[in-house]
Amino acid sequence: MTTSTPETGYRVETRTRTSRVAGLAAIVLLAGLFVLPAFASRGLIQDLFFIFTMLTLAQFWNLLAGYGGLVSVGQQAFVGIGAYAMFGAVILWGLDPLPAILLGGLAALALAVPFGFFAFRLQGAYFAIGTWVLAEVARLVVAQWRAVGGGTGTSLPRQATETIAFTETIAQLLDVRPAAARDILAYWLALVLAILAIGGIYWLLRSKRGLALAAVRDNPQAARSIGVDGQRVKWFVFLAAALGTGLTGALIYMQKARISPDAAFSLSDWTAYVIFIVVIGGIGTIEGPIIGVLVFFLLQTLLAQYGAWYLMILGLVSIGVMLAAPRGLWGSFSHRTGIQLFPIRRRLTGGRL
Amino acid sequence: MAIIALDNVCKSFGALKVADGISFAVPEGEALGIIGPNGAGKSTLFNLITGNIAADSGTVHFMGKDVTRTSAMQRCLSGIGRSFQIPQPFGKMTVFENLLVAAAFGQGRSERSVETACAEILDRTGLLVRANASAESLSLLERKRLELARALATDPKLLLLDEIAGGLTEGECRQLVGTIRDIHASGTTIIWIEHVLHALNAVVERLLVLDFGRVVGIGEPAAIMASREVREIYLGIEV
Repeated sequence: MTTSTPETGYRVETRTRTSRVAGLAAIVLLAGLFVLPAFASRGLIQDLFFIFTMLTLAQFWNLLAGYGGLVSVGQQAFVGIGAYAMFGAVILWGLDPLPAILLGGLAALALAVPFGFFAFRLQGAYFAIGTWVLAEVARLVVAQWRAVGGGTGTSLPRQATETIAFTETIAQLLDVRPAAARDILAYWLALVLAILAIGGIYWLLRSKRGLALAAVRDNPQAARSIGVDGQRVKWFVFLAAALGTGLTGALIYMQKARISPDAAFSLSDWTAYVIFIVVIGGIGTIEGPIIGVLVFFLLQTLLAQYGAWYLMILGLVSIGVMLAAPRGLWGSFSHRTGIQLFPIRRRLTGGRL
Repeated sequence: MAIIALDNVCKSFGALKVADGISFAVPEGEALGIIGPNGAGKSTLFNLITGNIAADSGTVHFMGKDVTRTSAMQRCLSGIGRSFQIPQPFGKMTVFENLLVAAAFGQGRSERSVETACAEILDRTGLLVRANASAESLSLLERKRLELARALATDPKLLLLDEIAGGLTEGECRQLVGTIRDIHASGTTIIWIEHVLHALNAVVERLLVLDFGRVVGIGEPAAIMASREVREIYLGIEV
């Protein structure tokens, strides 16, 4: 965005040369990722599906905590409700899982309204604990839902998973088995969702709302005094994050095809790991979660056979990064070099400057 | 017509009365100075005018409308701008962005349409060279200037300034007085709390003296400064 006024000659820029180059590189990379299923093994596609979905969850958690100052420890509620709404729609109404994913997102959005109503009465650490408690309540309530398996959970019916829209086309087009075609469909959806999440968040931060978000995070009282409605900004961010998290949750469980309340509402899988990703990569940056998810995936792959040691090493790594580089890997790098791939600063140039 | 009028406004924090039946009105276009000892309730009075604190009783009228029960945000949107005594910058944002957000939301306009105006305010307040620095990197003096600049960016009809001249050198103070005079000359009503009396007296047309949450005197600066009560209370001189 570059604007200029002829009389005074002031210009406002957000883009940098680095960000232009990065934009071009991203387009090439994304094009490559879209055609990848034509060559890649099923294992790689599944790994990338995991990376993309975790990345999307991390981007939304970062939007909440890093940009909105809302440190939620209850985002697993939206993963769970999104997934369960998708299962419910498929099992009870016989809906195709693909449109049911959208219902999952809407269900998360609907849950976010009462959730926010209670949680927004709390601040800081109390907000964090409050969201955790609310998520547990959601898990316990869903565990009473007999039609989708109650506390033990259930699977997607076979005829539903075998007839998901587009899988047949994909199977024919790429000459793969139906099960692999489902994975490819899920992979593409996860890729699209991750692009929409990153693109949407970047657009938000560069818009007028993004300024308001930053102002409320930095100083709520001063923000009110210049006409910024802090509550409205927080609600917007919270609802957007719930919608995105719910869609991701539904997509994850469409691919898994098996659900239980303990898994779908898991604090460690959908919030603790996500926080790890954001903090390791760099909170309050869009690049941070991208770096973080790669580090997380690497650690998980390397340490998978060590069982409980894996979690302890994960913990040690986070402590190490927090002590050595509190801004996270990307945050520290960016601070030192000034490089930003997604710049949001409005730089004033020209005129009398 | 009075742009702002307070009628019998009271506020207590527990047993402490910080505003005790405050009544006064400021005609549109006036510059009013507020003086009083520390703890007299000057900043509280500002908070009552801007809506950062709600009054226990009494009414506040802004441009003829009763705004007693409206929020700080609504009062900003209707045209009340303020600076904080202890600067409250948006630390992680740049100086320019501090103004952008104030102008875009305070005036309800698009970001683009206020960019030039923000740059010009930075120029007027001597902050242009620091436009792209993060606000938390500013010195105290620069933070005070940012308070003024950000309040101006909301394009207020009534501008409340809370001790922005303290700690300035003689030259800086003269410059600040010039800036505030210009703002006043352009038609903005100003209420200014200040301990630096010569700066205040170079701008304001009337002085209001506050003590223990009460209006002790209001009138021409010369008459106020000469009055016996003011000299006793404010200057601590026995006469």
